[in-house]
Amino acid sequence: MNILVLGVGNLLMQDEGVGGRAIEELEKRFRIPPAVELLDGGTAGLELLNQLGCRDALIIVDAVQSGKAPGTVIRFEGDQVPAVFRRKISPHQLGISDLLAAARLIDLLPKRLVLFGVQPAELGTGLELSSKVAGVLGELTLLIALELQSLGVELLLKNAPHPPALTLSGKKWPLVQLNPCQVVLS
Amino acid sequence: MSTRITIDPVTRIEGHLRIDCEINGGKVTNAWSSGQMWRGIESIVQGKDPREVWLYTQRICGVCTTVHAIASVRSVENALGMEIPLNAQYIRNLMVAAHAIQDHLVHFYHLSALDWVDVPSALKADPKKTATLAQNLSSWPMHSTQVFSDAQQRLKAFADTGQMGIFTNGYWGHPAMRLSPEVNLMATTHYLQALEVQRKANMIVSILGGKTPHIQNLAVGGVANAINTDSPATLTMERLYYVKTLIDDLGKFVNEVYFKDVCAIGAAYADWTAIGAGVKNYLAVPDLPEDGKGIACLLPGGYLPGGDFAKFHPIRTLQDEYFQKGVQESVKHSWYQGEWTRHPWDEETKPHYTDFQDNGKYSWVKAPTFYGQPAQVGPLANVLVMYAAGHEPTRRYTNLALETVGKQLGQKIPLEALHSTIGRHAARAVRAAVLYEVLQNQWKNLIENIGSGDAKTFIRPEFPKGEVKGVGYHEAPRGVLSHWVVIKDAKVKNYQAVVPSTWNSGPRNGQDLPGPYEASLLGTPIADPQRPLEVLRTVHSFDPCLACAIHLTDTEHQEIVEVRAT
Repeated sequence: MNILVLGVGNLLMQDEGVGGRAIEELEKRFRIPPAVELLDGGTAGLELLNQLGCRDALIIVDAVQSGKAPGTVIRFEGDQVPAVFRRKISPHQLGISDLLAAARLIDLLPKRLVLFGVQPAELGTGLELSSKVAGVLGELTLLIALELQSLGVELLLKNAPHPPALTLSGKKWPLVQLNPCQVVLS
Repeated sequence: MSTRITIDPVTRIEGHLRIDCEINGGKVTNAWSSGQMWRGIESIVQGKDPREVWLYTQRICGVCTTVHAIASVRSVENALGMEIPLNAQYIRNLMVAAHAIQDHLVHFYHLSALDWVDVPSALKADPKKTATLAQNLSSWPMHSTQVFSDAQQRLKAFADTGQMGIFTNGYWGHPAMRLSPEVNLMATTHYLQALEVQRKANMIVSILGGKTPHIQNLAVGGVANAINTDSPATLTMERLYYVKTLIDDLGKFVNEVYFKDVCAIGAAYADWTAIGAGVKNYLAVPDLPEDGKGIACLLPGGYLPGGDFAKFHPIRTLQDEYFQKGVQESVKHSWYQGEWTRHPWDEETKPHYTDFQDNGKYSWVKAPTFYGQPAQVGPLANVLVMYAAGHEPTRRYTNLALETVGKQLGQKIPLEALHSTIGRHAARAVRAAVLYEVLQNQWKNLIENIGSGDAKTFIRPEFPKGEVKGVGYHEAPRGVLSHWVVIKDAKVKNYQAVVPSTWNSGPRNGQDLPGPYEASLLGTPIADPQRPLEVLRTVHSFDPCLACAIHLTDTEHQEIVEVRAT
């Protein structure tokens, strides 16, 4: 297994930077096994092409305008992912949309593609996330860890003598099943 | 009666740019360039430790992360009047040159070639004829019938999915598209190959910088790379030799494919050497220093008012006062409070949004001037300035480009042809060829310097009590980038970034003179106002990158070309 978890977004614009903040949070909370690489992609596009080669799965984390309540996390997978970026629901669609299309064109697109999108609340200038979005970071990273678990990679919590494995039953939030591809966290 | 067209946003660029044109008798008679996003980096870094500012400034833009990092550390080093180790200069130089080549390749093939190359037409090409044509142009090994046939199949499969992805928003079949299906297939195949090749340039930056897209190895005072010829955790000989093979591969593509494609497309669209000149005051800064203080720069800079070589004023070092004193920005037509024109060290950033006012404020971009005049920056400015300064590799590659096109057309092409839309593409290819030689040279110098026993990469900066000012500039892929810092008691008091796309995309200045995009569009012929391909050709030729000129606030926009009679 070789999985890239890619946070995208602009760290200088509050909730726009939630992708990068999620990467920081993952590094802080979990022991990252060699099968997983975490990358804060910022607002880059084609510059990231080099990072996609030879991956079994790509998990993207980004701010996504879903029209739902601020802090809502939506999961997309497969062909839905490029569609989200093409529909410009993500504020910096251009780079990632081009990246995914270019990767497909030269056969670099990983077979498994998942996007966790967080509805932003504040997109002003600043390094701090809004309280609504900062409040879901913990759950967001747990969702990513569970996603990795479903791909066969166990992420263990740091700072525990015998780190317990993560399970869905350990969650503190309600999971609403919208359709087979969408999990909404509210 | 005139027609007004609004293109909002201009696609296949970074960031959000709006262009308005008035068209009379099939030609553009007035134009406005408007940045639609506000940038706030200046306020974010106030009060921060100057040694950390580069970490934030490289977040200004997703494409040009490295260049904002470099300009930022240079500004602080300039304020402190400090030297940095030679190894640090070489490592920085290798990173910026590799980044620039990557940027130029992506700009030509992936962002602008589709203005000239009709992708669907490539599906009709004969791969065998395409191979013959390509083999006559160049010795690049990937020019067999099989390669072109494979590329065509790949394109077809992509088109059949109904999702053209990166190929959407092209004006396919437009009357101004005039390449044969075979040339279109050749160029589109190179589009695919360039996707692979640009990754190699990216790997060079990644190996030296620790990571991309955000490099980790910079420091005020040098670089954080430890050089140890045997330790696997540091910059080893093995890694440096790998960098060398990547440089070699890049060079083959730049010289045998990119340079020759630009010449071929330039010859096919030779009439575009008479379109799109605009502002002919060219400004470029020196770069690639080969000493600790930035006095001896490998690439010369200067100012060329009116494109007149007799009036050329050189800018030789990273400490140049003529440059420092000449730069001002005006907000008379920008969405900031007041109507001032000021030096970057004395600016403030207070937004004041009005609405789109044709004769008032209409852009988030400020209007920079050099000694009161608008100036064009970018590869064309860089190449003309280096040509004027007598830089040998620049003269050699420029003359080669003009001769190559001249041979294809059976006529002599003068240097003046470069003052144009197609000239900007030619200059970018010339610059890429020059930068490839620079990469080879800087790699050799780094190896020799390490070989001489020098492993130093960092000098600790010392901050004085009280106030110091500095400017760091860099000849970035899109032109002159300058970061201006005022430091008080080791904290940032004021910070301004005057970025390349600000110079070019700026609105009218304090004297109401149009900026380079605006001036370049005047007189452009428009075949069909509903499909203003000609406007995009000229705007794209500047390689707009508005993501750093300003920032993003709007997400709901779909591309609109609005045409109305006025």
